[in-house]
Amino acid sequence: MPETPQARISPDAVAKVARLARLDVTPAEVDRLTNQLAGMLEHFADIDALDLGAVEPMTQPYPLVNVMRDDVVKPGLDRDEVLAVAPAAEDGRFRVPPIIGLEG
Amino acid sequence: MAELSNAVDIANAVRNGSVSAVAVLDQYLARIDARESSIHAFNLVTREQARSMAAKVDADVKAGRDPGPLAGVPIALKDNMCTRGVPTTCSSRILDGWKPPYDATVVTRLAEAGAVFVGKTNLDEFAMGSSTENSAFGVTYNPHDTSRVSGGSSGGSAAAVAAGFAAASLGSDTGGSIRQPAALCGVVGVKPTYGTVSRYGLVAFASSLDQIGPFTVDVRDAAVLLEAMSGHDPLDSTSIPQPALSLQASLDRDVKGLRIGRITDLPGGSDSEVEARLAESFDALAAAGATIVDVELPSMKYGLTAYYLIAPAEASSNLARYDGVRYGLRVDAADTNAMYMATRAAGFGDEVKRRIMLGTYALSAGYYDAYYGKALKVRRLISDDFARAYQKADVLLTPTSPIVAFPVGAKVDDPLSMYLCDVFTIPTNLAGHPAMSVPFGTGAHGLPVGVQVLAPTLGESVMFQVAAHLERVAPGGAK
Repeated sequence: MPETPQARISPDAVAKVARLARLDVTPAEVDRLTNQLAGMLEHFADIDALDLGAVEPMTQPYPLVNVMRDDVVKPGLDRDEVLAVAPAAEDGRFRVPPIIGLEG
Repeated sequence: MAELSNAVDIANAVRNGSVSAVAVLDQYLARIDARESSIHAFNLVTREQARSMAAKVDADVKAGRDPGPLAGVPIALKDNMCTRGVPTTCSSRILDGWKPPYDATVVTRLAEAGAVFVGKTNLDEFAMGSSTENSAFGVTYNPHDTSRVSGGSSGGSAAAVAAGFAAASLGSDTGGSIRQPAALCGVVGVKPTYGTVSRYGLVAFASSLDQIGPFTVDVRDAAVLLEAMSGHDPLDSTSIPQPALSLQASLDRDVKGLRIGRITDLPGGSDSEVEARLAESFDALAAAGATIVDVELPSMKYGLTAYYLIAPAEASSNLARYDGVRYGLRVDAADTNAMYMATRAAGFGDEVKRRIMLGTYALSAGYYDAYYGKALKVRRLISDDFARAYQKADVLLTPTSPIVAFPVGAKVDDPLSMYLCDVFTIPTNLAGHPAMSVPFGTGAHGLPVGVQVLAPTLGESVMFQVAAHLERVAPGGAK
């Protein structure tokens, strides 16, 4: 892998992030992503020069209050219609593989 | 390029019975048949649905019922807006085979206004990109030059209007995804104030930034579409509790006395012809009696960094729901975790994976403060800069895109250079403000150039007032 001098992220860190993001990645993808993410993080270092100590973070653009709808019964989505477009369903529920690994 | 009819004229003709909605639709379908194979604006043309919607409009007219302000207007929908029973793919393999069990609010509202939906348009996968090259289903080409990109991420919606496949279309804009393709394809594109148009049924990319808006052939049509689809929606908790926008009255209002802001520290690097068109747009407004005022936005140049940390962070969270359980694709594996990882690896394309990785990293323990936390503070600085600028100016003008439509493939291997396409559009999304692109002459290779009009929160009226003037004085349209 071509090394960028100021590499800000290691292949090990990339592999760990891929596990956190639930993405299978090949060793070649880890190398490519390491290079691309390092390049971006290098560019993003432009904000390191800013003095942000006293700045309040802005999470969204419009001042929001908690929104509650009226407490009245309304029909939800049709269960059969929702399950019909799922990858697998059984007995009115989504069907998934075993939650606990089968190994050991 | 063919002369394009505007939506208002179509709706008027259909409403007064001088033309049928079915006949209008047939014209548009004929253009799709003739040219879609060289443009690829659509993931799906909904021919049968369109015919039945048009027939219903005609039946209403015949029975003396008014079908609404968009009667018989053929409209294309970006394929990240849910349409009940009609595939909605986000141009991703991960939603393979999925049909939404409900309609997005914008779909419901446009249908109630008499619109006829002609199809679902191509986009960069999950709206991540600036060229509509990151689609699982292939590139959308620019109708002005099919060797070039249509822009993105709403490239299919922009190209559909520019090619006359639809009289108008909807896109979504997270960092410029309506305005930039509108500029590159020579049509009008509007990103309204955050919260004015319901996002219920829009597949989420970055929830603090996403907003739906129209593509149209002229400014009046954009006003009419926004009036039809804006206004509070109880199904979207970020929807501003206010009635629909009222914009048409501002279109013919004189710009005399308006204060037009010129950003003196605008990031450089634009094509010289793009800069020339911007200068001409200032001259035209000054000639009409507007005052040009200089403003500074010193934090604008940090917008790209803030955006490309915040948007991927939000995306990494929003896209966690694609795990092979409830929608579309599943790659079978021995346990759920292995199934999640295999499904997501097979279902997402490279750019989506890159952004999920970047966002997950920016949010992960040990890096949150250094990246995501800092980006939120830069977002505040940019918002404060705008607030200061809008004390001196009613609107600001910039180019929409620093460059005209570029050749297909020119930037695919260099994500950072692709991201730079959005340098003038991103700050608007960070602040939650409205902005729109208006065609204003041509640049290199005779390709369309767009001028961007920016306004403060809920400043759509003055934005449309200025945009309508620019449209009236724009140099001869693109080829």
